Amino acid sequence: MYDKGKVLAGLAVFVGLMTFPFWFNIGTAAYERPKLLLPKDSKECVESAEWMRAEHMQLLNDWRDEVVRDGDHDHVSSVTGKTYMKSLTKTCMKCHDNKEQFCDKCHTSLSVSPYCWDCHVAPKGDK
Amino acid sequence: MKNSRRTFLKIAGLAALGWGVRPAGNLFASSGGGHGSASGVHWGMVIDTHKLTDAIIEKCVEICHSIHNVPTIDSKQDIKWVWKAPFHSLFPTQDHKFLKDLSHHETLSLCNHCENPPCVRVCPTKATFQREDGIVMMDFHRCIGCRYCMAACPYGSRSFNYHDPRKFLKETTPEFPTRAMGVVEKCEFCAERLAEGKLPACVEVSEGALLFGDLNDSHSEVRKLLGERYSIRRNPGLGTEPSVYYLI
Repeated sequence: MYDKGKVLAGLAVFVGLMTFPFWFNIGTAAYERPKLLLPKDSKECVESAEWMRAEHMQLLNDWRDEVVRDGDHDHVSSVTGKTYMKSLTKTCMKCHDNKEQFCDKCHTSLSVSPYCWDCHVAPKGDK
Repeated sequence: MKNSRRTFLKIAGLAALGWGVRPAGNLFASSGGGHGSASGVHWGMVIDTHKLTDAIIEKCVEICHSIHNVPTIDSKQDIKWVWKAPFHSLFPTQDHKFLKDLSHHETLSLCNHCENPPCVRVCPTKATFQREDGIVMMDFHRCIGCRYCMAACPYGSRSFNYHDPRKFLKETTPEFPTRAMGVVEKCEFCAERLAEGKLPACVEVSEGALLFGDLNDSHSEVRKLLGERYSIRRNPGLGTEPSVYYLI
């Protein structure tokens, strides 16, 4: 092999850089799901908690289009059969009245920054 | 065999021609903006200029701008959904030198919710669209701030957010969103209040100077007034068919 030294040195540097995240994090604690402040007064969400955890972004997107474009304001829960008004600030945030202790907890730890709150006004309690 | 090859080529040629002509057919079929709904509800407003006073106008502007988080900016870049304007500036072609009092009489102006809205036709993202009930709605989520609609609107009913509006808002109500920088906004006939069965906020505080109702219902209050008294609309010659009528 020509230039054996250079090739091997290059490979070593490459492997080192590629595996950087793994050895950099050795010794730090594993990711823990943040503890959320759940609403005190209400027991159930518009859908089951597990489903909401995975799909709330899709639900909110659908609600947004259905309300603004089709004027369709009613959400019928597939769990309880109750009807809720499709509204981020008037339905979701009426129970989850603390954005910093609920929305932001996971979003911050997962480093996602949804732009809902650029326009929608967060409940006054947590300002 | 020879013959079938020939027929195949003929059919293929005709089909290709058909595909070429198809888009043109679509073009003829579309009218651009809608023309309002002939059946069903068509919301409209009647403004009685005799009953309008400065105090009522200010109340209308105040309630609208406060419940919709509309900022006041002390420059040309101000945002307005409803605003005060003298008769001669709303109806320049109807003004003449002997109209002394009426000419300078303050009147209310807002989005006309045209039956044939030019803003809807030019919007490249369909952020502005016409609902079945005639309301010309904004989907603020979709607006990319190109301002074609502002150029298209002959009534100056649209405002652009040159700044983050929250910098200019002393108080925000959580019931309605603010807008982001780079988004166009305008009156929506209080679509969010209509959904709850309420009247538009300006109508509610107007002490009877503003009336709101279904223009397609011949028994509605607005239709009765339009039948009894003489009314004008802003710049009807443009063919936009405003849904806001002024009784004079």
